[in-house]
Amino acid sequence: MDETSQFCTFYLDHLLFGVELRGVQEVIRNLEVTRVPLAPGVVRGLINLRGQIVTAVDLRRRLSLPPLAADALPMNLVVGSADGAVSLLVDEIGDVAEVEESTFERPPETLTGSVRAMILGVYKLDGRLLHVLDTEKACQVSEPEPVAEAR
Amino acid sequence: MDEIVKDFLIESGENLDRLDQELVKLESDPRAKELLASIFRTIHTIKGSAGFLGFLRLQRVAHAGENLLSRLRDGVLALTGEVTSGLLAMVDAVRNMLSEIQATEHDGENDYPELLELLQRLQETAAAGAPAKFPPEAGKPAASLVPEIVVRKNNVPAAVVPEVVVPVISVPTVAAPAVEAPVAAAKREAQPAEPAAPVHRPVAGKLGGLLVESGRVRAEDLTHALAEQEHGDQRRLGEILVALGLCKQEDILAALQTIEVRGRETGVETVRVGVNLLDKLMTLVGELVLARNQLLQFSGRTSDAGVNAISQRMNLIASELQEEVMKTRMQPIGNTWSKFPRTVRDLALSCGKEVRLEMEGQDTELDRTIIEAVKDPLTHLVRNSVDHGIESPDARRRAGKPAGGRLSLRAFHEGGQVNIEISDDGAGLDRERIRSKALERGVISSDQAARMSEHEIFRLIFLPGFSTAEKVTNVSGRGVGMDVVRTNLEKIGGTVDLQSVAGKGTTVRIKIPLTLAIIPALIVASAGDRFAIPQVNLLELVRLEGEEVAKRIEKVHGVPVHRLRGRLLPLVYLNRELRLAETGGGGDGAVNIVVLQADKRQFGLIVDRIIDSEEIVVKPLRKQLKTVKTFAGSSIMGDGRVALILDVVGLAQRASVIAETQQDHGGAEKSALAEAAAEKRRFLLFAGPGGSRMAVPLDTLERLEELPSSQVERAGTHWVAQYRDQILPLVNLEFALEERRRQRQQAKFMANASSAPLQVLVCRHEGRTVGLVVEQILDIVEDAAELKYPASRPGVLYSTVIQERVTELIDVPAILSGAGLGLAGPNPAEGDSAKARSAAASAAEAEN
Repeated sequence: MDETSQFCTFYLDHLLFGVELRGVQEVIRNLEVTRVPLAPGVVRGLINLRGQIVTAVDLRRRLSLPPLAADALPMNLVVGSADGAVSLLVDEIGDVAEVEESTFERPPETLTGSVRAMILGVYKLDGRLLHVLDTEKACQVSEPEPVAEAR
Repeated sequence: MDEIVKDFLIESGENLDRLDQELVKLESDPRAKELLASIFRTIHTIKGSAGFLGFLRLQRVAHAGENLLSRLRDGVLALTGEVTSGLLAMVDAVRNMLSEIQATEHDGENDYPELLELLQRLQETAAAGAPAKFPPEAGKPAASLVPEIVVRKNNVPAAVVPEVVVPVISVPTVAAPAVEAPVAAAKREAQPAEPAAPVHRPVAGKLGGLLVESGRVRAEDLTHALAEQEHGDQRRLGEILVALGLCKQEDILAALQTIEVRGRETGVETVRVGVNLLDKLMTLVGELVLARNQLLQFSGRTSDAGVNAISQRMNLIASELQEEVMKTRMQPIGNTWSKFPRTVRDLALSCGKEVRLEMEGQDTELDRTIIEAVKDPLTHLVRNSVDHGIESPDARRRAGKPAGGRLSLRAFHEGGQVNIEISDDGAGLDRERIRSKALERGVISSDQAARMSEHEIFRLIFLPGFSTAEKVTNVSGRGVGMDVVRTNLEKIGGTVDLQSVAGKGTTVRIKIPLTLAIIPALIVASAGDRFAIPQVNLLELVRLEGEEVAKRIEKVHGVPVHRLRGRLLPLVYLNRELRLAETGGGGDGAVNIVVLQADKRQFGLIVDRIIDSEEIVVKPLRKQLKTVKTFAGSSIMGDGRVALILDVVGLAQRASVIAETQQDHGGAEKSALAEAAAEKRRFLLFAGPGGSRMAVPLDTLERLEELPSSQVERAGTHWVAQYRDQILPLVNLEFALEERRRQRQQAKFMANASSAPLQVLVCRHEGRTVGLVVEQILDIVEDAAELKYPASRPGVLYSTVIQERVTELIDVPAILSGAGLGLAGPNPAEGDSAKARSAAASAAEAEN
């Protein structure tokens, strides 16, 4: 039998993404975010996860995707990272997908730039591609302060 | 990993740390047989356990060490520096193998052949007949050891033999050779951390044994006294000894104290708990504190007596729990110091110096996280002192000092902070060299250099990239030293200062907070967001209203400043610095200035609103936000939302209030450079009646305000002003000071207040907010303000000297109680005309 892995899937700008299920702590909708002035742009702010303060990362922005419609509320996908829990803001949460290792493929060479480092590869599902996100890399935010926004 | 292996690792790790210390101590006092015996036992235990657990390499190394130690013990071998180094190398090897076991459960591949050979060789030099330098003196008790340990731990109270006298059961065997046993036992008792070694209790009663042991009573005398007791003397042994003139009362007291302490030390049971569990507990308590804050907020809105009572109880329990849990995180600072004897020894050896390390206050307790944070700065300072501070033996002799230098570490609590002093008796700092180096590097201008005081010049070494070491050693002198020490300490809210006298030595003083986990903070709002400002950075709050805003905020070439008691205070808008939306202040047109201190520099931070002061639980920021220097952490507020904690130093740097590399160390800073001395408090200095200098402790005041005289109104018999939607009763200090004049002069309150705005000290008195009107606010100063002269009139606590001038310290509660708020007042018709004023004044004069 083929080896399989379980992924927690989610959507970003109609793309299907997945992170390994065992790295996922929980999924929560609608948490109040406290913005952090002067922080890197991909950091949306801080949320209170039952007494634990967790950084919320705007995953769309991190992956250079267009921003979510202003009236849409993102979901918090809380994952563990080397530096404690981080909340990834995603559009919508999908199902848990069980995928066969044999359907995995590295990203094509034509995928370049900073995004390539964050996408480990894709699983070829029926009619869709499941992008596998490297959560460690996605949580690594070290870019300097953004250029001054309108004062 | 097996529990048994884990236990072995933990126990051995602790033993090794102690071994380092004991070996260094033994080197300076090779006669200390007990010390040697203890070292021997420790190594023996490690060897035994290692063999039992199958770590054969470890066993072999320990065995070689044990052999060498046994030679020392038998007096065949003298303890030379070489032998000590060999033994220390053995300890290091054991330590390496232990960490190997920790990681791999196996004692590694290294057989340490060179080490084994070295230990063997050292042992053989002894066998070859090298004469032992210090033959052990058999039978003679190492008398001085025991009392030394004891006396330092206790403050012997005065007078009377206390009731806790241990009954003497049998006559001790007090022949000289037998005395050794109680000494050994006593020593073991004094070190409770030691592995389970068999404890031989003295056969005799504790007191008698101890007295003989410490050489305070001769054995024959004790026998004599005991015989008295046997013959029916009902008195206690101590009393008999004193009565017979065989012993001094103090000695008995000291001995009794010792017995008591030992009893306590062995009596308290302890449990080994993982640090993770404590951290988890702390987090939970933090959450509980937050929940409590929420509950208090909620119960403040309801009038349900039941809910209020419960929340009050909750409040108390949570506070107490918080305090106790904080205590579990406290550790004696000695834990980090334990490595220093070894560090100092090795370093001194490699520099060819002789250094004696003295430590005092090892049991001063600090939060675990702070201990971690001060570890590196302290190590650096200690190394610095040995490397640069203390001179070579030759140089010291030439300077007329003993060849061996002294390095002392001292820790103590003071005013809710922990002080650590690192002082040496070395050459001191070279003022001229620092000055010329600073000039050469362009850190200061020659003009500044000329104006700087000695202390300020010394402080230059805390600037980045500043090192005066003539040669760069592997120890220090790379110019990354002292500024890193300073920034690391400031990061945890500490300060560092130093004093140095040429030829006499240098003392570095560090002040650090007890804990970082929960701190008092001021909560402010800007552009709709809340921010917490740690109270340690806060000096005062200034509020400007109405037309004052335009008048009192001036511009220096477009840069806003506020004239605070004659000095220009640079102003920083929080919303602009943080690139938040432009706001119109708090909505009422008023401006709130939070006066902050960053790195000895003051600035005013303009916020929209001052919300409250609160105890907050500090949560560190994750690495995604580590680049943002303006925030020190985050916290959860009573309503469950997250608020950021401002890093005042980072903010000041961002706003260019202080440069990253400080350029200006000139004039204005002088008074701010606090000279560490007795405990200092902050005082508000103001001019009282007739321009006399007066002061009140700043922490008794809520705010300082300036009210236009037009705002002063009469309410019944009182003078009041509208203030923040409240009615603020006003008391004029001038008239409140002398009771018998009160009634008349309360009346002419307005008379005295011309058109100039009133300077008001706002304070709480018996649950009410009251304004105390003074002539002029002068300054805020930090001073010890010790009693210099008793009070000459009511309302004054005492006279003291602040800033070299005699100043009266005002007793605010007494004045407000005596001001007759709520008493019947005078006739308001006396009014505010100049005529009435002069009339009242002459009346007052007549009264005199």
